[in-house]
Amino acid sequence: MDLSLSPHAIAMTAKEFQEMAKDMVLGLARNPMLKKPIDGLTAPIWAWGQRNAIYPLHFGVACCALEMAAASACRWDAERLGMIYRSSPRQSDVLLVNGWISQKLRPSLRRLYEQMPEPKWVVAMGECAISGGPWYDAYNVIQGLDTFIPVDIYIPGCPPRPEAMIDGFMKLNRKITAEQKGTFLD
Amino acid sequence: MTETSTRMNEEQIAEAINSKFTQGITSIEIAPRRIFLTISKDIILPLCTKMKDELGFEHVSSVCGVDTKTAFQTVYHISSYQNKVVAEIVVENISYDQPEVESITPLWGGANWHERETYDMFGIRFLNHPKMERLLLADDFMFFPMRKDYVVGRRVP
Amino acid sequence: MTEMWVNMGPQHPMTHGLWNLRVKIDGEIITDATPVIGYLHRGWEKMVEARDFKQIIPLADRLCYGSSLTWSHLYVRTIEELMDVDVPERAQWIRVITLEMQRISSHLMWLAAVGTDLGSYTIFLYCMRERELFLDLMTNLTGARMTYNYVRIGGVRNDLPPNFERDTLRVLKLFEERMKEYEALCDRTTSFRVRMEDVGMLTPADAMNLGVTGPNMRGSKIDFDIRRDDPYETYDQVDFEVCVEDTCDSFARYRVRMREMEVSCDIIRQALKKLRDGPVRVKAPNNAPSGSAFFHVEDPRGEGLMYAIGDGTNQPYRLKVRSPIFVSVSATPVMLIGEKMADVPAIMGSIDMCLGETDR
Repeated sequence: MDLSLSPHAIAMTAKEFQEMAKDMVLGLARNPMLKKPIDGLTAPIWAWGQRNAIYPLHFGVACCALEMAAASACRWDAERLGMIYRSSPRQSDVLLVNGWISQKLRPSLRRLYEQMPEPKWVVAMGECAISGGPWYDAYNVIQGLDTFIPVDIYIPGCPPRPEAMIDGFMKLNRKITAEQKGTFLD
Repeated sequence: MTETSTRMNEEQIAEAINSKFTQGITSIEIAPRRIFLTISKDIILPLCTKMKDELGFEHVSSVCGVDTKTAFQTVYHISSYQNKVVAEIVVENISYDQPEVESITPLWGGANWHERETYDMFGIRFLNHPKMERLLLADDFMFFPMRKDYVVGRRVP
Repeated sequence: MTEMWVNMGPQHPMTHGLWNLRVKIDGEIITDATPVIGYLHRGWEKMVEARDFKQIIPLADRLCYGSSLTWSHLYVRTIEELMDVDVPERAQWIRVITLEMQRISSHLMWLAAVGTDLGSYTIFLYCMRERELFLDLMTNLTGARMTYNYVRIGGVRNDLPPNFERDTLRVLKLFEERMKEYEALCDRTTSFRVRMEDVGMLTPADAMNLGVTGPNMRGSKIDFDIRRDDPYETYDQVDFEVCVEDTCDSFARYRVRMREMEVSCDIIRQALKKLRDGPVRVKAPNNAPSGSAFFHVEDPRGEGLMYAIGDGTNQPYRLKVRSPIFVSVSATPVMLIGEKMADVPAIMGSIDMCLGETDR
């Protein structure tokens, strides 16, 4: 970190000042001596933000998609817990897979997962996404989402009730709080 | 529940079909609002043309294939809105070596995807179909899953 | 201007379910369209060849999750036709009541989806609110919210719970009052009508030839309803109107469904009046005889048909499902070509897609 120019900050152009400030902050953040305490201080803040604004991807696959819709409607109102469905994978944090995965869907689903920005979580909802469910001997169904995507939360049921789905997301909240994935400027 | 006097009933339709086609029809049975036909594959297109043009069958409910372990069958369910009759046509003895049958898509557009699905599942080719490609499965699928020689699960033989 | 292909799907807010609509656009005008399906294909017809007849009932529920009871009923009815089982009259009336409730909740789910497509979240919330009432009635009767597993070969699983009739009449009264709110929100709102009227034209000749059935067909001026014209269960003892609209556009299909919900309320009331005491289930054989049978019913989405072949064992030799939406989707290019790109959600929404039954 070069602090020698700091006294001359008043004589800098705007662009020079921006660059200097940026270098200074980045240098601070990447300094191994400082990074750990800064992360220790800020990670709970990131986790708080992440868990209170879980944006799942609006991706209805099968039966459980109707329960997903019911959970966001008036009786359960999942929006009060920060679950707002986003239509683009670039804007969402959680991939909610609610149905069986066929051979034809698998590459698209993998691509959707990779399009989502970090930090991201995956929730497998319903028996089909967990293990193939009633389609255990079908020739075209992948036997479980976790065979090709890491899964954080499993919500069993065929289909699970909306309460179960909300409970699963509360479990995910606790997981986000415990994991503290967020780091400062990284 | 008013049925107009112009409605042809099942006997009249069966009679009209039977008098037109002297060869190729193996059996005709009738039940209330139902006609069951078993035919050979040569007359499927002339029969369907007659049914559409003269007997008032406007709608193809379904087309499907059956694997009888010795040969293929295709089964058509064709219904008539004005006569309120459903006809079931079974085309028998489509050989394994050359599974081909005339398409009825030029007559009824509703048969289009049904025939594609039958090709997808059984490998029965429909001649003169506008787009004979796989529909439900991926293009690079290696086999025809609904054939009986492709075994899934615990089917008792 | 250069033409280009645009993929709408498999993940797209317009698709209710999982499918892909490839449209070729010239500026804003659609010049060609190809629906791509199969993303939910799981080999249902092959799988059920390895199941007992009784084990297939819950699987038939999962064919179309929006109206699961109609599909398990269709399956059971086909097998009854194959095994030649007669169902007691009380069970038939209970089936009529539950089928019509299922029709209402399916249409409400459809209206909720169309509401979000057309940018009115209020319609979604209102419809889901009323749908919960019907789901509660069904939960009271069957024990499940969506996939009921209620219809049995030879009848239904259990009799009506106490006070079912009272609760149903209350819900119907409330629902019919709230239908007026929907009409205020949809029919009398310019934004809804402008987006739905005069788009997605489907002429009667096209509708018949392309095999479109159900409300989509009745929106195109064709007066046909399997409940009336080929009656099953006790629909021949019920007096009801078949809703037909003659403008052939998306709005006509919407109107048909709205009127059908009112008619369904009426049918439920008549059925509750005609309900008499009696058994609800008879014993059915385990094995089906050799032979074949088919049956078709008026699903909320169109004509559902199943064709079963038995071979003397307790498993079906072949079971074919004819899904109404499978055919309606193949007819969508006719409705889409010539329309604007922005009208695609309004047109595809009015079809009432359900991909579980389409791909099977």
